[in-house]
Amino acid sequence: MNLLLVGVNHKTSPVALREKLAGLIPNVPQAYLSLKAHPELMEVLLYTTCNRVELLCVTEEPAAAEARLKAFLAAHPEVPAADLNDSLYIHRDQDAVQHLFRVAASLDSMVVGEPQILGQVKEAYRQATQSQATGPILNRLLHKTFSVAKRVRRETGLGDQAVSVSYAAIALGRKIFGALEGKTVLLLGAGEMAELALEHLKGQGVAKIVVANRTLERGVRLAERFRGEAVSLEELEAQLLAADIVISSTGSDEHLLTRDQVKAVMRRRKQRPLFLIDIAVPRDLDPAINDLDNVYLYNIDDLQEVAAQGLQHRQKEAAKAERLVAAETLKFLEWLDTLQVYPTIIALKDKAERICARELKKTLPQLGPLSPEQRQALDALAHAITGKLLHDPIIFLKRNHHPKKPHRELDLIRRLFRLDQDRQKDYNDKD
Amino acid sequence: MGDFWLYLALAAYFGATALWLGFFLAQRESLCRAGAWVMAGGLACHTLELVRRTLSHGYLPVATFGDALLVFAWALVAVFLLLNWRFPIKVLGALAAPLAALMVSGALILPPGKGAVSPLLKSFWLALHISLALLGNAAFTLAFLGAIFYLVQERQLKGKKFGFFYRRLPSLSQLDALNYWCLTIGFPLLTGGIISGSLYAQHTLGRFWSWDPKEVLTLSAWLIYAVLVHERLTVGWRGRRAALLAICGFLVLVFAFVGANLWISGYHSFASFLKP
Repeated sequence: MNLLLVGVNHKTSPVALREKLAGLIPNVPQAYLSLKAHPELMEVLLYTTCNRVELLCVTEEPAAAEARLKAFLAAHPEVPAADLNDSLYIHRDQDAVQHLFRVAASLDSMVVGEPQILGQVKEAYRQATQSQATGPILNRLLHKTFSVAKRVRRETGLGDQAVSVSYAAIALGRKIFGALEGKTVLLLGAGEMAELALEHLKGQGVAKIVVANRTLERGVRLAERFRGEAVSLEELEAQLLAADIVISSTGSDEHLLTRDQVKAVMRRRKQRPLFLIDIAVPRDLDPAINDLDNVYLYNIDDLQEVAAQGLQHRQKEAAKAERLVAAETLKFLEWLDTLQVYPTIIALKDKAERICARELKKTLPQLGPLSPEQRQALDALAHAITGKLLHDPIIFLKRNHHPKKPHRELDLIRRLFRLDQDRQKDYNDKD
Repeated sequence: MGDFWLYLALAAYFGATALWLGFFLAQRESLCRAGAWVMAGGLACHTLELVRRTLSHGYLPVATFGDALLVFAWALVAVFLLLNWRFPIKVLGALAAPLAALMVSGALILPPGKGAVSPLLKSFWLALHISLALLGNAAFTLAFLGAIFYLVQERQLKGKKFGFFYRRLPSLSQLDALNYWCLTIGFPLLTGGIISGSLYAQHTLGRFWSWDPKEVLTLSAWLIYAVLVHERLTVGWRGRRAALLAICGFLVLVFAFVGANLWISGYHSFASFLKP
């Protein structure tokens, strides 16, 4: 029994490719239906976030399953096979388990330690169970995954550090406003970075989000996603009156806001503090704005400096989390190994069944005409003999005398009874 | 018994100082809670001592600089604990506790006054005048401490240097709210102190206002705070400017309390309270 994980993430592929792959799965139950149609995929789980598209399966035929999953991802007409092959990673067994643990514990995230990913994996698992795509192994694996992610969150300081630019923005905002609840965020331009920052701000309970974009249509789309309001860039100064936090990321060549404009607005705002984040290159906001009282302007470099603050601490915590994940991975694999006993027992019984059938087929014609009762008695006899013969090996397997190295006994039994067809050569060599 | 309760209070204030500083450095929540309790214990001892002295003298003892410091330290701790309970800005204790400890130490080191106390100082009205004024001063002292924190934190945020203080100091909005809270507490108290004193002066000396140096200095400080209150409410002054004004007002108050008592003579100075 093998675990196989195929996917792309933000490290291996550009956002355009991830978007297209995620577009393959607009209807999750449909996707599961088509995946389940293939018998080599015994259990399947798929999850997509803005940073990754991954498929995880349990299979007895890893080569076929791998080809199947790749084919599923390559089904998008606009994804060139070469691009996909370059970005795709494939993890097997131990690596697959470890990868899933790392993903859920947010060690593989773009923003390491960000808390949303666990919820996304949980939701994906819920959908998979609804489609009855998972089985005993994935069920166990996913439950283990959730507990590992929770342990990482509880036992390491990974979650509460200023780990990225958007977290740095939140940390700064807290030092200015105390809490971000009830604040109004104004987004100038609708870039990817700004979206990420917005996602995190939304998690902090900001009350209102306003998106001002040069093309209103894109602004409206983004505003809808965050249940905000879209306005045009023309009404910038009026919008500035109500905003507390401004994130600017337009492609403008000149400054959108000058010192004098902000100064005038501050007077009308009765000096309520204004927190400006300029993540555009070249700058959108005049650096001199920072000289005004109660106005705090940061550009991307400043934020990175705040983010770097937590770096050393974060590296230590991440190492702790990685150790935890590695230990839990080994524990899960131990369990998985004990599970291998059952397929072996089934294979043993299958083999006995096949031998009975073959021998009966050979012998019955030689006995001349027989009544159905006699045939049945012979059939029962054959089964009784093989059954009695296999009884002790099966008990031996189930008892599992070496819990730390179950695969040794398993391997012995499988070789003894020649259960693995693809290892025929192995046996011949031994002969 | 002597000053038993006072020494106990002093020990508590030094203990609280250690706890608050420990909190400031290590950022352990339990330390700051312990600091608040130890400080409250100190305040209880301090109160007992003041009550004991008042009962044994028959009036609130404020005739010497040391006695006045003792009452002022009490007011500071009382206002601080009220603030800490209503509006917790934890790091403030790291400045307020040592300040209280130093003032009580000062009161113990300074020589006791000799000679008869002027009968003017034995009235209830005078005790009221002094209590109001000192409680107001205590609130403004906290505003001053908060203003220092504000300026330091603002410097860190504006200068984009995120160092030692950036992590330990509270947010600007909290520090600014502290400024406002102290102003709304301190301003009526100081106003009450001035009015009650002026009425008492009219009653005993026959004039409301004598242009005594302490009166003039306190009035200047009162005007500074009045400007701050007005600008806060109308134009929305806050943050840096409010912090700077709180610091200015406090410096004038300190000069009125220390300088006008010790170096400039007037009927408010301690020298005139005792008749040799």
